[in-house]
This record gives sequence, C-alpha cells and structure tokens, in this order.
Amino acid sequence: MNIRALPLYATIAIFLLAYLVCYLQFPAMLSTRVIGNLLTDNAYLGIVAVGMTVVIISGGIDLSVGSVIAFSGVFIAVLLRETGLHPLAVFALLLAITTLFGAAMGGMIHLLAMPPFIVTLAGMFLARGAGYMLTIDSVPIDHAFYETMQRAYYLMPGKGRLTLLGGTMVASVILGMILLHRTKFGTNVYALGGGEATARLMGVAVGRTTVLIYAFSGLMAGLAGIVFSVYTSAGYPLATVGVELNAIAAVVIGGTLLTGGSGYMFGTLIGVLTMGLIQTYIVFDGTLSSWWTKIVIGALLLMFILLQKGLLRLRLSH
Amino acid sequence: MLERLLMASVAVFSLGAGVAGAQTIGFSQIGSESGWRAAETTVTMNEAKERGIDLRFSDAQQRQENQIAALRSFIAQGVDAILVAPVVATGWDSVLEEAAEAEIPVVLLDRMVDSSPDLYLTAVGSDLVHEGRVAGEWLVSAVNGEECRVVELQGTTGSSPAIDRKKGFEEGIAGADNIEIVRSQTGDFTRTRGKEVMESFLQAENGGADICALYAHNDDMAVGAIQAIKEAGLKPGEDILVVSIDAVPDIFQALAAGEANATVELTPNMAGPAFDALEAFFADGTMPEKFIQTESKLYTQADDPAGEYEARKDLGY
Repeated sequence: MNIRALPLYATIAIFLLAYLVCYLQFPAMLSTRVIGNLLTDNAYLGIVAVGMTVVIISGGIDLSVGSVIAFSGVFIAVLLRETGLHPLAVFALLLAITTLFGAAMGGMIHLLAMPPFIVTLAGMFLARGAGYMLTIDSVPIDHAFYETMQRAYYLMPGKGRLTLLGGTMVASVILGMILLHRTKFGTNVYALGGGEATARLMGVAVGRTTVLIYAFSGLMAGLAGIVFSVYTSAGYPLATVGVELNAIAAVVIGGTLLTGGSGYMFGTLIGVLTMGLIQTYIVFDGTLSSWWTKIVIGALLLMFILLQKGLLRLRLSH
Repeated sequence: MLERLLMASVAVFSLGAGVAGAQTIGFSQIGSESGWRAAETTVTMNEAKERGIDLRFSDAQQRQENQIAALRSFIAQGVDAILVAPVVATGWDSVLEEAAEAEIPVVLLDRMVDSSPDLYLTAVGSDLVHEGRVAGEWLVSAVNGEECRVVELQGTTGSSPAIDRKKGFEEGIAGADNIEIVRSQTGDFTRTRGKEVMESFLQAENGGADICALYAHNDDMAVGAIQAIKEAGLKPGEDILVVSIDAVPDIFQALAAGEANATVELTPNMAGPAFDALEAFFADGTMPEKFIQTESKLYTQADDPAGEYEARKDLGY
C-alpha cells in the first residue's frame, strides 16, 4: 500500500464516518438539499483551497487569499456601480489583476529569496487596504446578470440544488487535479516541495515554477472572490477575514503535508466538505455554540499533524 | 396482553402527536458583539422555552456567509419557521426565495433587509425616531412649562440610531418653546466619552448651573455623564434632569439611586412578538403587518427601578 496516500484514506474515512454519525442522529442530513448546500456554501472556500493546495505542496504558503477575495468583491461591486461594463468584462479584468498580483508575489519570493510567509503577509495587508481604498461600505450588486447566475441551478431529486457556484467549485477541483497530477507543472510543484536544491538538480525551472504557483493561487483567489460576490451579491471590504487560515486548515485536513512534497487535490475537497459538515451538524443540533466548529477543526488539524509525523517516522525507519 | 399492547400503542400515538405539535424554529443570530444582543439571545431562548418551542440557535460570529449557510441548513432540516437578525441588509434574495419555496415563513428581528417584503412574513423592530420622541415628550411634561436648557450627548456620528434618536427628540420637544437644546456633541455611545463630553459641557455652561437637563442617546453615555455631574458637585436627577434610551440594567441602578430620571426601553424581546405572529399564522393563516413595532416603554423612578434591575441583570447585558 502506498504510504503517501494514507492521510488521504484517513481523510475520506473520517468524512464518511462523520457523515454516518450525522445521518444516524439527523436522517435529514442525507438529503440532496444538504449535499447541494455543502457544495454551494463552501464554494468560495473550496476554490481558494485548490490554489492553496498547490502552494502548500510546493512547500510555500499564501496568506493573501482571504484579502484578495474581499478585494475582488469590492472591486466588482464598485466597478459595476460606477461603470456600464458587463460583469463578464469586469470578471476578466479582475482575474487578470489577481493573477498578476500572485505572480508578483511569486517573483519576489524567488528573486529576493524571501520566505513566502512574509511576502504573502505583505500581500494580505496590501489587498485588504486596496479594498478599503475603494469603499468602506458594503456595496450591493444589483445587476440582471447576477440574478441569472444566482438562479442558475439544477434541481436534484429531493429539491436539492446543484448551483452554478457549487459546480464552479467542483470544476476547479477537477482542473486542479489535472494540473497537479497530469502535467509537467504538477511534477515540478511536487519536486519543489521535496526541496529546492534537489528540484534544481532535477532540472526544474525553479523561478518560473514559483511565479506560476503563486499566479495560480492568485487566479483561484480571484475566482473565489467572484463566487463570493455572487453568493452575497455585495462587495464588503471586511468580508472573509481569516479565510486563508480556513483554506490552510482544509488543505491539511485533506491530507497534504504542511512541509510540502506530498498531498492530493481530491483530499482538499474532502477537507473542505468535512469543515462544512461540522458547521451543518452544529446548526442542525441547534444547542451547541457555533464556536464548536473551530474547536473540532482544531482537534482534527492536530490529529492530522500527529498522523503525518507518525507516517514520516514510519517512512524513515523503513 | 392485548389490552397492554393497545395501551402501549395509544401511548406511542399520543407521544407522536405531542412531538408533531411542538414547533421547531431556527434562529440565526448575528453574534454577541454587545450586551444588548446577548440579552436578545437570552430572552429569545427563554421565550421559546416558555412556549414549548424547540429552538435551534446558530451564532453567525458577525459573518454573513455563516448566516446564509445556517439559513440553508434550517431549510434542509425542514424547520417550521426561521427567525433571523440579519448582519447586513444586502444579499438575502436567493436564500429567502429558497425558504419561500420550501414554504418556511421567515421573520426578521431588529434589523431590516433590502429584499422584497414578499420574501418574509414580517419584521419585528423598534422605531428609533419614536424612542427619541418618547424621551422628548417625557421632558416636556417633566419641566411643565418652565424654562429649560438641554445638553445632548449624541451617539456615533452618522450612525442611524444617532440620527434618528436626535430627530425623534427634536420632534418630541417641538411644541414646547420653553425647551431648547443648547449644546450637542457626540459621546460615541461609550461611557468614557460620555463622561468627558459632559465635563466640557459643565465647564462651558457656568459649572453646570445653566443646564436644566441632559438627553443622552444611550444609557451608557448617561451613566458616564452622571459621574461627571457628581464630580462637579451637582446632584444628577435633581440639579440636572437625566433622560436616556435603551434601559440597560445599570441605568435602573441610577434610577433607583435617584441619579437618573427616565429611560426609554429598546426591548431585547423581539422574539415574543415574532412568536405571537407565527402562532397566529400557523393557527389560521393570519397575515401579520409587514412591520411589527415593539413598544418603546418609558421607565421613571416611579416604576420600581430596583425590581427592574433584578429582572434584567442576568440576561447577559
């Protein structure tokens, strides 16, 4: 059995077990409604976690994504309010900006040999500040195209809705899986996560790969920003504070090694759904404080870190 | 044997009927950012318990995405009704439409949304202008035609309670030419700023001798100002009349001690009227008004302030 895939199996087992426990207590949990909600409500988190998975497997971290989501929402809302541009044109412009923003951070990380933590922390403040520069209020988005997007869903049997947002997240995960497991770029990402020196020896263009990794994360954060703006139909500079940490947690719960070099994109999807499941359970129960979400996620994180340490030791002893 | 079986099945049946009768209502609260909101949560839970309602509570931690997700989960769960105190006004259309399609009535508490009124059953809230008016009308009757120079402690500049409570008070005293607002500044809704601004008022107005009454947009500022008046060597409640809004426990202590004169209640019991409206709706489909205004009750020293303090101190203010 592949030892590297053990955390992924553990993640899937925990998710299924948790779902079973939820189902036994609340049979309504196993409805297409809940499944549709899990996908829709966590769409922005899932999309941003796809980018974060690539970054973490390469041994880096991207703290800017939460702020980039908030900036994206404000940027879209203000541009739609001030100009007559079509939302699709605004989306294209936004994705170009966030991708360039990510690429610039990647470039700085490589050229200045700075820790990603510091560079993306600066990016986090920068993006949040830029959002505040545009507006300090919650700006509603009132556009016919937004309504069309909100109403775009496939009604599953049992009245569950597979929304455009949920579909976008699933598509992003599939895209991430292909990128990570089936392309040269993906191989380079894993190689980089195994250690920069070895990656160089293997002939990986380290600089180009680093820039691409953070550009991809920026692109995903921008896409998550679009999805979030459709979800709330507003742009608010104070939104999604700390979402970067939720994304990191989802990636780690998904079985990716925080030190890089090992992990699966599919695990991240399960990680996101597990976090969503905990939140749903707490609402269904209705008596627990919603802060239990954080406590359970903290416990899960700790468990996975211990699991990874144990596996690492197992591998070394072989 | 047969008899026992029959009895058992009757018992099971009646138990089933009892469970079906108990309503499940989901309540999505903004968070617990202020004492008033914590009290609203406590009162809602107490009201639900008294009526035998199975309340599912979800704290959104000030985040709209949590609140939308909670509403969706309530719908998936098939609750009988949903109460929501929306954190912002925008972005509720699609989730409210889902609730409407599932035929789950939604009642807004304390804050409004910018969606179409067709999407919710009713909204329960207080009228901020009315609160100010009640305070103003009290002062008119209290001074009874005598000359009165009023100083005003405003809430946070530009906030809707500050604007509306000022407007309401001015409406309340509009007919009385003997009452005049001579100074008005912001005390930011806080105790410390209330005290500081009151100190400057006292210095500017001849040590306080020229001030007849203080109107504060909330109780916290009034409590701070009372401290300033005492430090200036005057008697709050006698030398300077004190009227404010909110009815938090601390102002009742001041009322009991004779240091404040009146407060207008912003009731944390938004859930009571909401449950009443839902009960009537479920019983025979009575459609309530689209906006249910809560009572803005006036409390003075004559209204057993010590007892009111005891009743409120454990609500989480």
